[in-house]
Amino acid sequence: MLWFAFLRLIGLLTTLLAASLVIFVVLEVLPGDPAEVMLGLNAQPDTLAALRAELGLNAPVTTRYVSWILGMFQGDFGISYTYSVPVSELISERIQVSLPLAAGSLILSTLIAIPVGVYSARHHGKIIDTGIMSVAQIGIAVPNFWIAILLVYVFAIVLRILPSGGFPGWDVSVLGSLQALLLPVVALALPQASILARVMRSALLDVLHEDYIRTARAKGLSNKATLWRHGVRNALIPVLTILGLQFSFLIAGTVIIENLFYLPGLGRLIFQGITQRDLIVVRSSVMLLVALTIFVTFLVDIAYAAIDPRLRRRA
Amino acid sequence: MSAIFSARDLCVSINGKQILRDVDFDLERGKILGLVGESGSGKSMSALSAMQLLPEGASQSGELSFEGKNLTRASDPEMTHIRGKDISMVFQEPMTALNPIRTIGDQVAEGLRWHLRISRKEAWEQTIDVLERVGLGPEYGLMDRFPHQLSGGQRQRVVIAIAIACQPKVLIADEPTTALDVTVQAQILTLLKDIVKKEQMAMLLISHDLAVVAEMADTVAIMKDGVIVEDGPTGELFDNLSHPYSQKLFEASNHVPVPRQEPVDERAQPLLKVSNVLRQYPLSRASIFTRRQWHRAVQHVSFSVAPRQSLGLVGESGCGKSTLARTILGLTPPDGGSIQFLGKDPFAVSRNDRRDLQLGMQAVFQDPYGSFDPRHTVERTVSEPLHLMRSDLSREQRRKRVHEVLESVGLASADANKYPHEFSGGQRQRIAIARALVTNPSLIVADEPVSALDVSIRAQILDLFADLRDRLGMAYLFISHDLSVVQAITDRVIVMNAGRIVEEGPTGEVFSNPKHPYTRMLVSAVPDLNEALRKRRKKENKDTQ
Repeated sequence: MLWFAFLRLIGLLTTLLAASLVIFVVLEVLPGDPAEVMLGLNAQPDTLAALRAELGLNAPVTTRYVSWILGMFQGDFGISYTYSVPVSELISERIQVSLPLAAGSLILSTLIAIPVGVYSARHHGKIIDTGIMSVAQIGIAVPNFWIAILLVYVFAIVLRILPSGGFPGWDVSVLGSLQALLLPVVALALPQASILARVMRSALLDVLHEDYIRTARAKGLSNKATLWRHGVRNALIPVLTILGLQFSFLIAGTVIIENLFYLPGLGRLIFQGITQRDLIVVRSSVMLLVALTIFVTFLVDIAYAAIDPRLRRRA
Repeated sequence: MSAIFSARDLCVSINGKQILRDVDFDLERGKILGLVGESGSGKSMSALSAMQLLPEGASQSGELSFEGKNLTRASDPEMTHIRGKDISMVFQEPMTALNPIRTIGDQVAEGLRWHLRISRKEAWEQTIDVLERVGLGPEYGLMDRFPHQLSGGQRQRVVIAIAIACQPKVLIADEPTTALDVTVQAQILTLLKDIVKKEQMAMLLISHDLAVVAEMADTVAIMKDGVIVEDGPTGELFDNLSHPYSQKLFEASNHVPVPRQEPVDERAQPLLKVSNVLRQYPLSRASIFTRRQWHRAVQHVSFSVAPRQSLGLVGESGCGKSTLARTILGLTPPDGGSIQFLGKDPFAVSRNDRRDLQLGMQAVFQDPYGSFDPRHTVERTVSEPLHLMRSDLSREQRRKRVHEVLESVGLASADANKYPHEFSGGQRQRIAIARALVTNPSLIVADEPVSALDVSIRAQILDLFADLRDRLGMAYLFISHDLSVVQAITDRVIVMNAGRIVEEGPTGEVFSNPKHPYTRMLVSAVPDLNEALRKRRKKENKDTQ
């Protein structure tokens, strides 16, 4: 198991390195250097030269790449051009919003999906199953920003119990911050939960046809005990796969949702970075998101092995 | 002695289709009832209904009485107190009957904890005892292992351990050894017999194999289309089979196709010559610092097949026979040694020559249904190998050829327009044989060609192989784990164990006078119907005196 984790960890580092290379190449080596992109079409040659010097663009490409990577290891992500503050500061500030948002919706969607999927599988073919799955189908079809708008209308405008946007900050008001995150978390979680619930249901239905389920019943276990002890854990493997894949969609979702709710999160930072051509911010925050996604994939792999002993030997 | 479990007028239907009709049987303490029948006869459904684990949509009538209760009327919560505690079941497929992600100890202990409401520690101790009772003592260290780390025989022992953990009064075994090798089958059957004796359980043994049932059962019931056509004490019943179906079944089990008329010229230029073939697979490394280990699936195997000769290749699962077959068929090159077919090495010749070689050698596999594309008509399936002949044949000629071979395997030319699902298992195997015959090959490699078939159909297919041998002068390489099949149809036999040939010789000689200890063990492990009946009669005579 430890060996397995070690091999996965090496794989993770390799992927990170490859991703950093792609991001670096795309943003810096392609036509038009960052200084031109940042200053726009009407830039003066001397301002350009000054910015190039400031950004260290005159150094060879390899040197710039290495210094970027080494800098990130030391927590130095460069200095934002538009904000004139270190990017690391920006990111650490924004991640306090984005991380709880992403983690919250991941947890919420799992908490909704697994019981719903199991319930639906247990009542397979009955009206309640069909009903739940139709609702889930709608949940998949409807985009999360539309759900967000609906939630804002109901809870912020009609009922007036939750804020419609903005973020007070954790040091100002913990409760207020939680309230501010509640609607965005729900808006992000619902579509994810719909997909997960369907996967959970079909995975469980597949497992319930396995011979070992019959063995468990022959031992005398009741239907319910069989389902929980032998069905659910075995059905979790495909659910985990989807969960891992969904994480990147979740990240993409935060860009939209954070803009919608005026949350000062990473997604919004990237969005602003792109519109203001602050490529240093974009580069580092994209790298951070990539790292996060790869790390989640790593966690999913470890979880596979924890669930299924057959996967532990292979690496 | 009175019955502890009995079925009276048991009828089961699933979604309106009647599966069992007026089934009666009795199970007595310390005795085994053998229930015999072919696939679809309803024997497995009898077992599931005794456990009240019938599939969805099933309805039942009649009586299943156990300790004064009629189980057909018992609710599911009531049955959870009986299943696994008083009535237990052993399943056919040990591979899939265990949960792959839970430890052996955990799975055996689960039933104990559920029924006896004992602590985890007590259950653990009892589990060690139960595993010891099925011959898996602590020296195997299985408690913390997972099913995939066990051999097939060990898994089936674990399945039996789960069934007998709570010392049930009734044990139902549905084809408990069908998926196992003969030597392992012999061990498992002995184990089951001992358990029934020692713990005075009543057992219902379900099998398609008359020899297994004759060896094990005190009484036998023969089932066809959901009806028990005949039953009685084993020896007596087999001596006086009166129902035509039972007679047919008995004959099919003993069936030997007509022996070869013209002798084979073994000195002729061999059709297939396998010299010193080696096949090996890399094993995954324990760590990056150790050298990679190789598993030698086939180790320096040499033999040859003469024209018109039928050669048998027997061995247990994992002995390398299928790996060897893949190499002979030209699917995977050997890692050492060479193959010569019609005097040429298929891995050394040009593409066109290889095609000619492929025309001369065709294959028949175990599962005909799995080897057909369900969306292709029989004509398309059967004519497929003709692509090898490039454009030599017109469409009309092809159709004619397909009709010819279909008739030659006992099907009608009209069957060419049908789809695989419209045929029975035996007919599908005939189609597979027709597909092999279509290129007019001189050698057919048949990998377990009758293992998936019922005895009566198996007899017909063996007759077909014998007929093609005599009529078309076909040579065979017959690969099987089933010695009786190889004995019935081959002239020479090769016995493989752990990738090596351990014995080779004329079939009759090898089986009647095996020289290698492994062959001896293999031959003695095969259940022999006549031998079993002889012993049974002796015992029954002694009992009545």
